[in-house]
Amino acid sequence: MRKLLFGGGPPVTESGQAQSFSRRAFVLGALQSGVAVLLAGRMGYIAIAQNERYRGLAESNRVQTRLIPPRRGWIVDRHGRPLAINRYDVRVDLIPDFIEDKDRLIAELTRLLGLRPEEVQRIRSELERDQGFQPVPVAEHLSEQQYYALKVHEPDLPGVSVLEGYARSYPTGAAVGHLIGYVGTPNRREYEAENRNPLLITPGIKVGKEGLEKVMEQRLRGRPGAARVEVTARGRLVRQLTTLPQVSGAPLRTTIDAGLQDFAARRLGEESGSCVVLDCNNGDILALASMPAYDPNSFSDGISHSEWAMMREDERHPLINKALNALYPPGSTFKPAVAMALMEAGVDPDETVGCSGGYTLGSRRFGCLGVHGPMNLHRAIAKSCNTYFYTMARRIGIERFSAMARRLGLGQRYDMPVVSQSYGTIPDPAWKQRRYRQDWTQADTLNAAIGQGYVILNPLQLAVMAARVASGRDVQPRLVLERNPPARPLPFAAASFEAVRAGMAEVVNGNGTAGASRLPLDGIQMAGKTGTAQVRNIGADRGRAGAAWRYRDHGLFVFFAPVVQPRYAGAVVIEHGLGGARAAAPVACDVITYLFDRAKAMERLAPLEAQWGGTLAERMARRTAAWVNRPQGAPPPANPVDPA
Amino acid sequence: MALGFLPKPLRELPWLMLICVIAIAGFSLLVLYSAAGGDMRYAKPQGIRFLIFFALALALARLRPETLKQATFPAYVVVLLLLIIVEALGFVGGGAQRWVDLGPINLQPSELMKPVVVLACAHFYSLLPAREIRGWSALWPPAVLIGIPAALVLIQPDLGTASMIAFGGLTIMFLAGVPLRLFAGGIAFLAVALPVAFSFLHDYQRQRVFIFLDPESDPLGTGYHITQSKIAIGSGGLGGVGFLNGTQSHGGYLPEPHTDFVFATMAEEWGLIGGILLILAFALILRWGMRVATDARDRFSRLAAAGLTTTIFFYVAINLLMVMGLAPVVGIPLPLFSYGGSAMMTVMICLGLLMAIERQNRRDSRRG
Repeated sequence: MRKLLFGGGPPVTESGQAQSFSRRAFVLGALQSGVAVLLAGRMGYIAIAQNERYRGLAESNRVQTRLIPPRRGWIVDRHGRPLAINRYDVRVDLIPDFIEDKDRLIAELTRLLGLRPEEVQRIRSELERDQGFQPVPVAEHLSEQQYYALKVHEPDLPGVSVLEGYARSYPTGAAVGHLIGYVGTPNRREYEAENRNPLLITPGIKVGKEGLEKVMEQRLRGRPGAARVEVTARGRLVRQLTTLPQVSGAPLRTTIDAGLQDFAARRLGEESGSCVVLDCNNGDILALASMPAYDPNSFSDGISHSEWAMMREDERHPLINKALNALYPPGSTFKPAVAMALMEAGVDPDETVGCSGGYTLGSRRFGCLGVHGPMNLHRAIAKSCNTYFYTMARRIGIERFSAMARRLGLGQRYDMPVVSQSYGTIPDPAWKQRRYRQDWTQADTLNAAIGQGYVILNPLQLAVMAARVASGRDVQPRLVLERNPPARPLPFAAASFEAVRAGMAEVVNGNGTAGASRLPLDGIQMAGKTGTAQVRNIGADRGRAGAAWRYRDHGLFVFFAPVVQPRYAGAVVIEHGLGGARAAAPVACDVITYLFDRAKAMERLAPLEAQWGGTLAERMARRTAAWVNRPQGAPPPANPVDPA
Repeated sequence: MALGFLPKPLRELPWLMLICVIAIAGFSLLVLYSAAGGDMRYAKPQGIRFLIFFALALALARLRPETLKQATFPAYVVVLLLLIIVEALGFVGGGAQRWVDLGPINLQPSELMKPVVVLACAHFYSLLPAREIRGWSALWPPAVLIGIPAALVLIQPDLGTASMIAFGGLTIMFLAGVPLRLFAGGIAFLAVALPVAFSFLHDYQRQRVFIFLDPESDPLGTGYHITQSKIAIGSGGLGGVGFLNGTQSHGGYLPEPHTDFVFATMAEEWGLIGGILLILAFALILRWGMRVATDARDRFSRLAAAGLTTTIFFYVAINLLMVMGLAPVVGIPLPLFSYGGSAMMTVMICLGLLMAIERQNRRDSRRG
């Protein structure tokens, strides 16, 4: 064993040991030299043979290509007035990967920028569910003072990115809220939907979230620029190398008349409702206002939780575009379509129906609003006599007037750049069979004839109907201003249009339901049709003034002007406004007045706004403040002026 | 050499070696100045430390090897006790502990153990009668001398230093004439035992071994060190990108640019030329050390000189192999060049003792 381990041979002497040492020391020295040669060779291999490769890697370490967000294209009205623009802005973001001490950083930012507790809360929660791929916005619209304060501290605050750029701004504020939409920081879904487009995780980039901003995103976006920059491993900029400039998005010219849009929004005042105005010859949408609305400026800045909660809880639904996405029974505003059907079905417009205050079908009584006596088509429209329309509509049958309603644009979906449109129902027997597996009844026909029952429509459709009746053309509503051929004429007799238009002119200017809303203008008259839509059918005083706001009837009005050679058509819907003549027609009257005589319209608006407590912007600011400072658990603030 | 004008004690200093040491340290100051982004924050303390330890080395050079020999076992016991104290403190403190806080300096006993274990083994073999070298009595005492401190350091845990202590001791055993078949057998045994030992490694150590074997597999994790180091060295090319122009160290891409990976910092700015000169300077120092060993008359001095030289060699070799991606990342600095005092102190002690032996050699050769 011992021999196996230690070997045999003569015993080792001291001189033998010295020799062995010399040999082994030589081996050791040779080994060391070998390692030195190996190291030199290895270094030569890395530094010379692979120099190109590692230089490339060093370069890609050091040089980063940063995208420069393109400036979004402006959105302008038909006259080139701005609806959505960009303004210079300084913003602060946090890059989660580079943050060293989160708490210290947030404390420091809170001190420098004066962040409110709820903002700090938001930043913290966004950092916690750090998606790693995206900067967390801290603040926008920095003042010059804040900007310099941050710039000075930036080197000690790793993870903070201070960027100069451009932010979206909407000069007319809430008036264009639903129409234009707003922009916001892209979320994960949007990022992935674009195949992880790196532009969408660039600090400061905003994409359209609603309205035209969303639908026209690709057109408005433009082409990003790129900057080659030298950066440190912690992302700090060392120097700028080269820059490829961004290409701004093309401006989008809409059909909107900014002045009219703003006026319509303001004129709707404290009401919950919408106002649509079209050029009745080519379908250009001049105004598409829905109130109450959100201010797209505050949405684009990243709306606070409390503002969002206020809007979500508001029973007047400021988040819904009521011109497109709210559906109402049209009530009597449906009658022009039925009247068109009667004319085309060969009903003699001079044939009279005696109105004794209602119509009896079997054992059921269908009421009229009054006892009108003998009614022909003209007077029936002017007086909105249900009895006439029950009788005549039943004569021609549901199929014929539902077909006419569709031909006039009701219940239709339009080819428009909007995020969504609800298109409602124009019922007929086949539809009822499909939907309810029930047969159509005569009672259904009578209800449909006065725009109740299964008929539900959105305000834009009513405006299109008015436009088609007014112009006799197959106009399609348009939001983007383009050179279009004029709409083709509808295949109906001129006499039919004339009869219906005359009836609608009588509504406002003669012995009709909306006599109080005559235009205050010389030589220009408006034609229209009022409507009142039942919200609830309870008891005798259903939906009347005494009922709670949300049970009151909707007020509707469709209109065109001037009566001779109409140019404009539209619809106004005031939710729970009690009646079309009372709530909706006066709005239409002022809006049309604005188109012909701005000064006069503004003159009429001023006392109203004084009564409501200031301009739209002032009232919204006050309401938001009240909400933020409300006692905990209190309901949303009531509107200061009750329309009743 | 034409140094006749100098007084004898100065004339007799090993000038070539000292010039290499000063050159390396001076170069280090330049590189540290650049690594700090053109700032003295590393270079200044490093320069002061160098002067202090240089003086220490010159003072140690006055020692007689005989005195040194007598001091080895007491020194070994003291350092071992310090190591145990550190271990106990670490156990109490609940974490890895490598330092004893001695007020002004943080003493790292494991550093001191490197030369001390070499000296202790050398002393042991100088006491061992020649005929005993092929027997158990030539094996177990050094095995204990090496094993205890290596094990203590390993559980700190500091794999790099533990292996250096073991290598230093083994080098002495090899030079002392322990039969080669034992080394061959030991290597064979290690080949079998390594997988077992591997399972005892800490996770982060194991990770480093994996990453060493395939650094590209984890370019942003642990492999980052090796990859970035190679990028810095590789991008330097022949002549480097120039003083103060290194982007990888300044940009923070290179980890530990002034300590363990300072060679890469240097290589980026000074290129292959800087690297070869540095390796050459170390090679000259080592060659001088080995010559001191072979010139020595007595067994202790021979073994001690060769062992101390090899300790310096292990520092340089392990660090450079590591930064060039030929060895796993163990925290071994490049002595005299990396920022920090521990390794510099150890190497200066080694050099001082080598000079002491060299002086004795000179006296012996004069005597005849």
